[in-house]
Amino acid sequence: MSAAAALACLLSLLLAPVGCSRPETPAGKGLERIRAAGVLRWGGDTQGGEPYVYDDPAKPGHLVGFEVELAAAIARELGVRSEFVQNDWSNLVPSLERGTFDIVMNGLEVTDARTGRVLFTRPYYVFAERLMVRSEDAPKMRSPDVASLKGKRVGTLSNSLAFEMLRGTADTVIYEGVEEPYTDLLRGRTDAVLLDDIIATRYGVTKAGLEVVGDLRDGYYAIAVRPSEPEVKAAIDEALGRIAARGELRKILEGSHIWNARQERLASWSAADQAEMLGQPPPPPAFGPAHVVLFLKGAAITLLVSVLAMAIAVPLGLFLALVRMYGGPAARFAASAYVEVYRGTPVLLQLYLLYYGLAPVLKLGALTAAVVGLGMNYAAYEAEVYRAGMQAVPKAQMEAALALGMTTRLALRRVVLPQAVRHAIPNVTNDFIALLKDSSLVSVITVVELTKQMTITAIDVRTWLGPGLTCAALYFAMSYPLGILARRLERKLEGERNEEDAAPEPPMPPTVGVGT
Amino acid sequence: MIAIENLTKRFEGRTVLDRVSVKFQRGKVSAIVGASGCGKSTLLRCINGLERFDEGRIVVGELEVGPATLQRIRLDVGMVFQQYGLFSHMSALANVMEAPLHVRHLSKSAARERAVALLEKVGLSHRREAFPRELSGGEQQRVAIARALAMEPKALLLDEPTAALDPERKAEVVKVLESLAKEGTTMVIVTHEPSVVRGIADHAVVLKSGRVAAEGAPAEVLR
Ligand SMILES: Nc1ncnc2c1ncn2[C@@H]1O[C@H](COP(=O)(O)OP(=O)(O)OP(=O)(O)O)[C@@H](O)[C@H]1O
Ligand SMILES: [Mg+2]
Repeated sequence: MSAAAALACLLSLLLAPVGCSRPETPAGKGLERIRAAGVLRWGGDTQGGEPYVYDDPAKPGHLVGFEVELAAAIARELGVRSEFVQNDWSNLVPSLERGTFDIVMNGLEVTDARTGRVLFTRPYYVFAERLMVRSEDAPKMRSPDVASLKGKRVGTLSNSLAFEMLRGTADTVIYEGVEEPYTDLLRGRTDAVLLDDIIATRYGVTKAGLEVVGDLRDGYYAIAVRPSEPEVKAAIDEALGRIAARGELRKILEGSHIWNARQERLASWSAADQAEMLGQPPPPPAFGPAHVVLFLKGAAITLLVSVLAMAIAVPLGLFLALVRMYGGPAARFAASAYVEVYRGTPVLLQLYLLYYGLAPVLKLGALTAAVVGLGMNYAAYEAEVYRAGMQAVPKAQMEAALALGMTTRLALRRVVLPQAVRHAIPNVTNDFIALLKDSSLVSVITVVELTKQMTITAIDVRTWLGPGLTCAALYFAMSYPLGILARRLERKLEGERNEEDAAPEPPMPPTVGVGT
Repeated sequence: MIAIENLTKRFEGRTVLDRVSVKFQRGKVSAIVGASGCGKSTLLRCINGLERFDEGRIVVGELEVGPATLQRIRLDVGMVFQQYGLFSHMSALANVMEAPLHVRHLSKSAARERAVALLEKVGLSHRREAFPRELSGGEQQRVAIARALAMEPKALLLDEPTAALDPERKAEVVKVLESLAKEGTTMVIVTHEPSVVRGIADHAVVLKSGRVAAEGAPAEVLR
């Protein structure tokens, strides 16, 4: 196989999951498979999982939560046992499609985007979209509706019903965890938070200084099943019906203190209710020019964050390298510690600490935190690049400079640094390319850059192919020219080095006997 | 000009120079010869403070070598290294101009004038704009000599100025040394090869395992 063919093969492997590879179980075979295996595998995420599914604080490793109990009850009805499969929350639906588990049950709201992608069973919980603000702002928002949020910064979770509701009105700030929207609201980074009442009760109402101003609408948690397995959906619907009818569902929800009047409807759920819940989801918008414009905006953010972060990393890295090589013992230790700590811990964690951890004392904007966080992280890598660059300058040149009466500082500035920087340029360019890609991590602190934009759009248009390829093309368009530049610079430097080596090699001096 | 008294230098407890006492006279050329590893380079490096020593003292002119006098002594004493140590990112001319410009703070035109004259003196007028990597070893060594002379030092220390060169290039460098000697430049030349200094040196010191083994007129000491 030629190298090109091999490459094409690898590329197609890389792109395959972006497409639509779904396990095609023949109709009616899903339920058989579950019964044969004797387990109902259900997907969820224990992170921020209280009261849905979470580790029992009294018995670590043991899962509790109303969904755990419900899963067990449903499995019992099907004559099997239940088994929880941990999966990152934002990827539950793609994992369901890939066949990682049989169903998803994890506070999965019935949204237009999901209705077009999975089969929803009857609901097992009716939640309210609850709006919270800081107490001092509450009097101004007595009868809130979505329109009243126009232009306000409103925090919510990605891919949520609230996110769909806010689209086009509010300035949405997207979080990946359930705690952070409320801490940011408290600190004034947002104006309001719109999330399910269960989340609001656990994570928002518990914070002094925040207040509920109203519920904007009802929504439903339902179990998601693969569209190719309607018989699984039918079986679960029946099971849920029995569980609700005999009051077991109520008991489970009461056990987690989330039973309320809204849940009364669950026991008498009709086909008409189901049709109303699912609604008439509009056909997904086609991936088109409007999305590409959003992607270009995302790419601009990616580029902006990367360029500014590098503008911090390069001088800070140079400073660290200088201190490490020429500073006093204490300064040298501090610089080494900086480099080791920043290189030895995940950048994700550093971003998190900078944005959320430091918030009580230092309230950085998301974009600022992204730039500073990545910049400080990359400074540690640039420090090593410059150190290598300085070590590549022959020691004889430094000594010659000192012998000419230069101070160490002058010798560094005039002799060592100009050469070290030239040595470092190809590596710095390569690091910049890596940074372009690492910048996608800043979505954990609510910055919507290119990758985040891609995941948002992919959910929206219900396919990963177009958005994925466009996103890849944009990253490639940014990094490829830089890659060429780096290689060209590298070759140029190498050429110069070879010329140096090609200079006539001095012969070894003969060892001469010296008369004594 | 340079007086060394009882100089002792140890590297990790190993004595490399053992109570060395020698004097190098103003306006004279002194040669230090000896086998590899006997401490010749170390002796030179102690004089301009590139190496610290453990015991004894060194006086250059009226200044005793120490941390406080280092900078002034380095201005008085130029040094040329076996491996040249030319600044790779600068042309020959810029190498020679660098220290006069940034250490002596000469004007650009004055530094340039001086550098042009010195490169002519070492026979490299035509190679002014060349970078070190484009120069032969002998040419690089001559640029290094011009660079040291550009600071108008009172004495010049040369560490194996010809050791890395083939015979032809060696002759070019020796020619430059000869003309400097004729002008009465104070020089201390360290070398493996007595032949290089035989015609130039006024005085020779033979080092053996860090001690002065012989001292006197070159004709007698260098057989
Ligand atoms: N930085 C150092 N650390 C430890 N030992 C050293 C160091 N520099 C030199 N030495 C040792 O000191 C001794 C004298 O070294 P020096 O370079 O002065 O010898 P030399 O006479 O110049 O030799 P050559 O003719 O090979 O240049 C050698 O044994 C060498 O290994
Ligand atoms: Mg030596």
